[in-house]
Amino acid sequence: MVKMLEAEELAKDITETPSLLNGKGPDREWMDTPAEFRDGNWAYSAKTKAIESLKMPYARDWSPGDEDWKLPENWKEIISEGFRERLDKFRSFKVFMDICVRCGACADKCHFFLGSGDPKNMPVLRAELLRSVYRNDFTLAGKLLKKFAGARPLTMEVVKEWFLYFFQCTECRRCSVYCPYGIDTAEITMMARELLNLVGININWIMDPAANCNRTGNHLGIEPHTFKTVVESLCEDIEDVTGITINPSFNRKGAEILFITPSGDVFADPGVYTMMGYIMLFEHIGLDYTLSTYASEGGNFGLFNSNELMKKLNAKMYHEAERLGVKWILGGECGHMWRVINQYMDTMNGPTPSYMEDPVSPITGTKFENAVSTKMVHIMEFTADLIKHNKLKLDKSRNDHVRATFHDSCNPSRAMGMLDEPRYVLNNVLNNFFEMPDNTIREQTFCCGAGSGLNTEEIMDVRMRGALPRATALNHVVEKHDVNMLSCVCAIDRATLLALTQYWAPDVEVSGVTELVANALIMEGENEVRDCDLREEPYLGVED
Amino acid sequence: MELVDWLSQKKQDIVREWIRVTMEAYPVEALNVLKRSDNQFANPLSHIISTNIALLFDDLLLGVDPERTTPILTELVKVRAVQDFKPSEALQFIIDLKKILFSMKDETVEGGESMPLEQLRKMEEEIDTLAMLGFDIYMKCREKLYEIRANEIRNQTHMLIRRVNEMDKQKEAR
Repeated sequence: MVKMLEAEELAKDITETPSLLNGKGPDREWMDTPAEFRDGNWAYSAKTKAIESLKMPYARDWSPGDEDWKLPENWKEIISEGFRERLDKFRSFKVFMDICVRCGACADKCHFFLGSGDPKNMPVLRAELLRSVYRNDFTLAGKLLKKFAGARPLTMEVVKEWFLYFFQCTECRRCSVYCPYGIDTAEITMMARELLNLVGININWIMDPAANCNRTGNHLGIEPHTFKTVVESLCEDIEDVTGITINPSFNRKGAEILFITPSGDVFADPGVYTMMGYIMLFEHIGLDYTLSTYASEGGNFGLFNSNELMKKLNAKMYHEAERLGVKWILGGECGHMWRVINQYMDTMNGPTPSYMEDPVSPITGTKFENAVSTKMVHIMEFTADLIKHNKLKLDKSRNDHVRATFHDSCNPSRAMGMLDEPRYVLNNVLNNFFEMPDNTIREQTFCCGAGSGLNTEEIMDVRMRGALPRATALNHVVEKHDVNMLSCVCAIDRATLLALTQYWAPDVEVSGVTELVANALIMEGENEVRDCDLREEPYLGVED
Repeated sequence: MELVDWLSQKKQDIVREWIRVTMEAYPVEALNVLKRSDNQFANPLSHIISTNIALLFDDLLLGVDPERTTPILTELVKVRAVQDFKPSEALQFIIDLKKILFSMKDETVEGGESMPLEQLRKMEEEIDTLAMLGFDIYMKCREKLYEIRANEIRNQTHMLIRRVNEMDKQKEAR
């Protein structure tokens, strides 16, 4: 994929590209500054196979690094018509296009802007990339006054700019917290990506997992028997650590609860330790639950692609709940799954199957009123309730080798307001918990730098600069409190924060919260001496 | 008067100018916004640059010592290595110090002493050494990024790789 430059091209690149060396500084306004494609700042295009399997248009071989993107001849009409349709269909989109007064409150809130210093990463300016075309095509002022009214026509350069910058937005919605009008910038990015999809411009890291999920039920495209075997391998690991044999059920009809978590917890390191944690927790309390090898993915890459695909992938979870006849769904530590559940599920796929019941914890009797419409409870709400009712036997000292901080994942914090439950859980399972600075946590949390389908390795440069604000806050608690563990409740975070720490804070590991819960659990029938954590690291005071 | 002493007296002006020139690598629209906050966490980029440029200048006056200088320079280069700069642009700020020092050659410090120009060549060599050190650090950062990319691919399919290995072992045992 990476194009090697010939010597002549390289010389031309060095002498003609604006840079400090040749004194050609950015003396043009943003609208006249074309997007620059450099290896490392754009993600690979979607493979034709993935696009075709989702029956999406214009599957073809192309690369964002090429001059010719091989768009359909009438690409301009397609995008323009798509723009009009969405303005009519989504009232919020129309309002967001009209209402911004360019006050700039959002400008310095984006992690990509703060880490890159690229003005087009200011949320207001990123949105302006789309608004300028909106003004030109759909407003009288724009049609008459053109550039004076901030309008510009849709050109291929504009499309390329959209691609570069709307795939440099993680839809984290930090900027929206500060917007006096409540403009949801993530929804602007979602619309821009939908428009690009219409002419076959998409990235592989989003399309491939979505296609896999559509086909086999999870992002990696793992088939049911492998899913089951891998979970059983994790149970063997649990037995190695605790001496306890656990046999979770799969696709069991009549179970009270269906447990769904991101497949990253089943397959990826360090997510697997969180998966082991769930299994141990459920065994500890004797929960009547089952796992599904079909709804084997909590994540929903449809959210990063189009509302139709998001709806379809979300519906799968409820179809499976219906097929198995469970009362309600318990959801694992995931980020965007919870945004889909809390903000879109009810509108898209509600009401839930009629026989599903309002979620009630079978252990404590607590009714989760907040989850009545979606019938889906977050594992942190569930665990915090168990701890509150003294239903867990815990030994906090088993986590004494851990000095943890907590990264509020963007979606659980800003899209569902879940701020206190994980902290309550952490404070009950370990002795050393330290908060990062106030303006970097809870609603104001900084993104990991790679959400919304941007956790692909070829844009590691982009991700690392986007991770700078989070890393700065993390390093502060590393220096002040010797923090050695960055805990979180999101599977994508567990993968992306690992890259973040490897670059910015090499002595810090990454974990899920439930992993730390399981470390502290005193399990019935466990080895007389439990001497190590789930990673088989010795507990403090135990010789290696 | 020693050049080092002369530069120490001019430290505030030099550091201020060095920070300004370093920040000029970013577009003016960005700088206007980045000026808003000096909070370390709300504006990490400006904070890292301003803090470490000041430390680097102090360090330079002592003479570049890889062991002592590397941690400070790393803080700056680590950020530049992942931003949208060519390698030369990423490290330009080090060379810029030469221009800043030359631009002050006609100034005087308190007491009317002018810059001991004959010692400037030595300082230029120190700055060259700093640039070379910066290049080493830059390469280490880039190598680290590639290592992280490879690690990430491996981690994402951790259990599948393990499963394949187990299957291989079972096959061998048969």
